[in-house]
Amino acid sequence: MSSNVQRLPAQFPLPSDARFPARSPESRGKIGPASVGHSTHTGFAAIPKVGLSEICLSYRTQSGERLLALDHINLEVRTGEFLCVVGPSGCGKSTLLHLIAGLHQQTSGQILVDGKEIEGPGTDRILIFQEHGLFPWLTVGQNVEFGMKMKGVPKAERQEKTRHYLRLVHLAKFEKSYIHQLSGGMRQRVAIARALATEPDVLLMDEPFAALDAQTRDLLHDELERIWNETGCTIIFVTHNVREAVRLGDRVVLLTFRPGRVKDQFPVDLPRPRHLEDPHVARAAREILDQLREEINRSLEAEYQEGVKPHVEPGVSA
Amino acid sequence: MKRAARFIIFYSVLFGLWTLLAELKIWPPYLFPTPWGVAESLYAGFQDHSYWIAIRVSMQRVLIGYGISVVLGMVLGLGVASNKFLEETMGGLLVSLQSLPSICWWPLALLWFGLNQNAILFVVIMGSLLSVTLAMEDGRKQMPKIFGQAGRNLGAKGFKLFWYVLLPASLPFIVSGLKQGWAFAWRSLITAEMLYLSLGLGQVLMMGRDLNDMSAVIAVMILIIAIGYMVDGIVFKGMERHLQNRWGLASAT
Repeated sequence: MSSNVQRLPAQFPLPSDARFPARSPESRGKIGPASVGHSTHTGFAAIPKVGLSEICLSYRTQSGERLLALDHINLEVRTGEFLCVVGPSGCGKSTLLHLIAGLHQQTSGQILVDGKEIEGPGTDRILIFQEHGLFPWLTVGQNVEFGMKMKGVPKAERQEKTRHYLRLVHLAKFEKSYIHQLSGGMRQRVAIARALATEPDVLLMDEPFAALDAQTRDLLHDELERIWNETGCTIIFVTHNVREAVRLGDRVVLLTFRPGRVKDQFPVDLPRPRHLEDPHVARAAREILDQLREEINRSLEAEYQEGVKPHVEPGVSA
Repeated sequence: MKRAARFIIFYSVLFGLWTLLAELKIWPPYLFPTPWGVAESLYAGFQDHSYWIAIRVSMQRVLIGYGISVVLGMVLGLGVASNKFLEETMGGLLVSLQSLPSICWWPLALLWFGLNQNAILFVVIMGSLLSVTLAMEDGRKQMPKIFGQAGRNLGAKGFKLFWYVLLPASLPFIVSGLKQGWAFAWRSLITAEMLYLSLGLGQVLMMGRDLNDMSAVIAVMILIIAIGYMVDGIVFKGMERHLQNRWGLASAT
């Protein structure tokens, strides 16, 4: 699987239809996308920014049976890449981010950053939660400062950087506000500023815009794209919204329903900036959606069979 | 305004009834003093500094005792909340110990520490430690997990994680327990002070009894109530309001 990823092209926009040629049903699931052929020149990027090799995660449910949540996930993320992960709910995509963040331990397999295995949480990988996770007892500025304070950055430098990152997310005026005084979109922007302030190499985003209204989300897509351009960080973005994934990602990885496996990967070489309503985006999304739908159906079936049995995602609940 | 009016009416009626009963002299004045007699006692007590000294000594004790309780209770509560073994073993013990009135520790404290300040402190600590511990345990569990995760994610660990994240994050959930702990500490202190010549408010109260001075007894009771109420009103209400403002909660529990 990993060879597939490495062969993915980093080339410049071709006419978008060429990126998403219609693929025969037989090719689904097993081989990578149709653009496999263009990929000979990516060999020099030998060490991926983030490498997942054979990641498995299983846990014991309340009834005592072992449940496999993630099944041999292999994934490589290039430096500076914007990778989107989509999948039905319950596929373990959030859990995967928690693992990369070091907040949880996989059952087996390795997580490498710059070729080195990670040891617990580190400020080189910052996770942005769906529910922002900002600290309500601190001001906006103190929230942004927090990671630097933990690192022991001197106060003057902290304040300067705090202001810089607040400007970057257009919230400079709100430095002294408290979190509850901000709207949902503003909170998510504070969360982004707080994450960026620790100067991470990798930004892990766990459905960060899922709870926002459509207009706010559009705005934040633009802002996130701009910030990604300005900082050059690597982003792994989890979402259940395929259009959002195509809108933002250089590549979209589709996970299967429980246990989570990499079902397929799709490079997105559409020109930026993109918009959610772009027909190219819609077309590309549709192809991914067709495959996603199979998984969603499986997840719905499983849910009906399980009845009211509570579903626990270890990454979120533990 | 309406609230103030209700307040004034209620207390006027209360004092009116009290005065009436006292003036009717159903009971002898040394058993049922008038409000003025009590006010005079209060005034005299403050005049000769005996009340000031008693208040200072008592406050000092309760602050030390309660302070130790809060620190110990937080550590214990956090330990119990984050360790399954401790939760299953010590958790139950703590709950069962709560049914023991704190003054039951007095004989034990006397034998361990002798007739001195430490025995009183011990009783105060035992009186409030459990409430603080249980409140902290509960608060740690109620606290949204995302705060701890976000803190670790941003590089906080060990003591820094506790001090900068877990403690402030759990405050809204433990403030009522802290308040309860304070009430227990204050009651335990007065009880313990009444049992032994110790300079505190409890002793001044017993002195009134020994001198058959009912107005002094009631005066000290009023003092004890007033101090307890003031700490609650100023410190804890202030803390709750502060938390509400910061967290944007309708009401901090």
